Amino acid sequence: MDLRFGDSKPTDEERAAVDALLGPPESSWEGADRSDADLRWARGGRAARDRRDLLLPGLHAINDRIGWISEGALDHLCRRLTVPPAEAYGVATFYAMFSVRPRPATVLHVCTDLACTAAGAQRLCEGVEARLGPGSGVSVERAPCLGLCERAPAALAVRAGDPVRTAVSAPATVEAAVLAASAPDSAPEEPPAVLAVPQAGDPSLSLLRRVGVVDPASLDDYRAHGGYAALRRAFELGPAGVIREVTDSGLLGRGGAAFPTGRKWQATASQPDRPHFLVCNADESEPGTFKDRVIMEGDPYALVEAMTIAGYATGAHRGYLYLRGEYPRAVHRMQCAVDRARTRGLLGDDVLGQGYAFDIEIRRGAGAYICGEETALFNSIEGYRGEPRSKPPFPVEKGLFGKPTAENNVETLVNVLPILTAGAPAYAAVGTARSTGPKLFCVSGSVERPGVYELPFGATLGELLTLAGVRRGLRAVLLGGAAGGFVRPDELDIPLTFEGTREAGTTLGSGVVMAFDDTVPLPRLLLRIAEFFRDESCGQCVPCRVGTVRQEEALRRIAERTGAAAADDIALLREVGRAMRDASICGLGQTAWNAVESAVDRLGAYE
Amino acid sequence: MTAIPLGVPRRLVEFTLDGQEARVPEGSTVLDACRAAGKDVPTLCQGDTLTPKNACRVCVVEVEGSRTLVPACSRRAEPGMEVRTDTERARHSRKVVLELLASSVDLSTTPGAAEWIRDYGAEPDRFGPGAARLDEVPRVDNDLYVRDYDKCILCYKCVDACGEQWQNSFAISVVGRGFDARIAVERDAPLTDSACVYCGNCVEVCPTGALSFKSEFDMRAAGTWDESAQTETTTVCAYCGVGCNLTLHVQDNEIVKVTSPHDNPVTHGNLCIKGRFGYQHVQNRG
Ligand code: SF4
Ligand code: SF4
Ligand code: SF4
Ligand code: FES
Ligand code: FES
Repeated sequence: MDLRFGDSKPTDEERAAVDALLGPPESSWEGADRSDADLRWARGGRAARDRRDLLLPGLHAINDRIGWISEGALDHLCRRLTVPPAEAYGVATFYAMFSVRPRPATVLHVCTDLACTAAGAQRLCEGVEARLGPGSGVSVERAPCLGLCERAPAALAVRAGDPVRTAVSAPATVEAAVLAASAPDSAPEEPPAVLAVPQAGDPSLSLLRRVGVVDPASLDDYRAHGGYAALRRAFELGPAGVIREVTDSGLLGRGGAAFPTGRKWQATASQPDRPHFLVCNADESEPGTFKDRVIMEGDPYALVEAMTIAGYATGAHRGYLYLRGEYPRAVHRMQCAVDRARTRGLLGDDVLGQGYAFDIEIRRGAGAYICGEETALFNSIEGYRGEPRSKPPFPVEKGLFGKPTAENNVETLVNVLPILTAGAPAYAAVGTARSTGPKLFCVSGSVERPGVYELPFGATLGELLTLAGVRRGLRAVLLGGAAGGFVRPDELDIPLTFEGTREAGTTLGSGVVMAFDDTVPLPRLLLRIAEFFRDESCGQCVPCRVGTVRQEEALRRIAERTGAAAADDIALLREVGRAMRDASICGLGQTAWNAVESAVDRLGAYE
Repeated sequence: MTAIPLGVPRRLVEFTLDGQEARVPEGSTVLDACRAAGKDVPTLCQGDTLTPKNACRVCVVEVEGSRTLVPACSRRAEPGMEVRTDTERARHSRKVVLELLASSVDLSTTPGAAEWIRDYGAEPDRFGPGAARLDEVPRVDNDLYVRDYDKCILCYKCVDACGEQWQNSFAISVVGRGFDARIAVERDAPLTDSACVYCGNCVEVCPTGALSFKSEFDMRAAGTWDESAQTETTTVCAYCGVGCNLTLHVQDNEIVKVTSPHDNPVTHGNLCIKGRFGYQHVQNRG
């Protein structure tokens, strides 16, 4: 590979940001001043190329420090990592949180997604924009769901610098959001994670029981509350025993696909190819989801422990935690937890003195819903554009860095703790025969007590909504987020299990439950869903890249129409939707039409 | 990828193709099997010299037991598979994909497109006059080849040919995402400011004419491009000793472009700047 770099030089600040991550360059071949020795030999090359996966952290480093990524900065990073500048530019322009054009150091992301729209995001945006016009030093950007739906409407301020500063304002008023953007350091603290758990204190809780009870910063406190009992049990059982226990528990993946976790682990563990990797998907970007955030903020060591167990069972010595870039507090708490666990011998070369080596590396996403798709996530970690790969081969065979990889989301992994502490039979006794265990639901929208709820599988939608205090005038419930489907207020007896929702012709998805009362204009909501998919399509395949645009156009045309006037466009939508579902490469394109279709068929939108 | 099969004979895979028994060597794709059986499956992003990216989705077929349709160009044939190529479901997806493509980009120079649009009854106009299009002007920034991304279907072939699959120049990449995704060099600069070495291998693989020789682009603009009046002569490049084959396309006794046979085991259709573009001296009659 022959690389050509431009003449643009990084500023001292940009150079410092990159070098803080990668260490100082060793020779002029990677961007240091030229010395005599450099003229006689070339270094960098192959060794540096192996660090391609540091491209995303490198882009973050520049963007965090400067607020955008200049040509000189990108070139410097490319030189350090031996990445072709055209490719790095392709990666940098893939993510919503990066800018390759100059912009103010402070960016205020104002959520305009479903729950926030229902809670008045439009007025918030306009108010904020009126106050923070050009010249304010703040760039106001309309954002997809920030994962703070229980406190909608939400805004997130990010101010570039060393260190980067962030402030969250939710529920946001114009004043509070403007304050967060103009003085992130003095903005009020975010409320503790436990406020997102309306059931806190309920002794029946399992996954959420420690949120609000333990100090998220204290490893000792975590151990005092039963922490690391599951890992000890895992070491007693041995890897095969852990997999047996997880298989017997009937645990199904909680990310939406509901694949049996035990089978996935078994398939990974049995691959002869080495090394194996564990990847925890903490990139929850499904509009309406925030459960992973609450766990990571409220009980971070639980995830560290669960990842260690999963790594042990699958034969991995390295786990990657791919964490949503829009979750600064969760990133911070997880980083603390990982660092402390390492100092105390709970991560590292010899976990708990058992001779098993395991460590966790945290990778921040940079604003791309598609990176929640497992293979897109691998590409993202590896320093490529976050485009899904086509399957087969499946990740258990060729995943991260082309090696056997077990990928699970946060909720799935933390379920492993009660499975090991209580044993598979006790765990499987909770829930229904085919959907075992407890399930987390993210309830938001028109309810009195939005938040994360934990219920055994099998509770009905109505029971959940009653717990959350559904408001009068319920018009529709969106199950499973933007990729899910709407149900009617007279369908509240749907049991919340994988099989029950399937029988009812809908989906549980990732556990999103968004209630909308009759003050929320349905066509506006559907349009927002279409906009979301159009924005988040990776652009790789035609049915999704162009289909999402045509879908949005048709919905825009019929926003104000019903009946016969809308019939043509509905028919068009159906035809395009069918091809998207059938012919798209990944789940994003395949599900992009679900919610709108369900609104047409079940709610009679546009009739 | 090699057009001339090398190595030990491969085992045969048996499966059903549209109800008929089919046998193909292990490792063959469903598309290979379709072509061997004389079935016409449209393809755009598949290239004979490249690993398919399966991005265009016009080649989708039904495979028994698969929830979604499957791209024939990249799915390997497996024993016992039941494949149906011409079902209503597959035809529907192909039709819609053609409509989506033709409504967003200019397919006028894409071989096969017009026939498929007719055969599948695709109506690209039904998305209305307001349907978003790429609407880009051709980028003429060097004397060798033109990038007209208004015709680009984002098949990734040029990126793969320029990058790790052949040229190793990595001058171009996909940038942006979704409908805004484009092929570009870094900073979306002119080609002359990029790592491009003008091998023209990207032009060789482009299925739509989005990348074209400047000579062809100019003649098309002048209305003098006439493929039916062209002859093709394959010869050996005289610049160095590698022995690459060149196919000279000649119209009115002028070389109008140079390609290279894809089944040539030396080049697989790839050339360097000299073989591809350095032909003026041949016709320098001054
Ligand atoms: S379906 Fe959409 S997101 Fe998935 S690969 Fe295709 S373009 Fe990308
Ligand atoms: S001409 Fe060659 S080097 Fe230039 S972009 Fe095309 S493939 Fe890459
Ligand atoms: S320029 Fe041609 S080869 Fe490149 S992606 Fe577009 S259509 Fe494909
Ligand atoms: S934070 Fe706004 S919709 Fe989720
Ligand atoms: S030719 Fe198969 S997907 Fe494009």
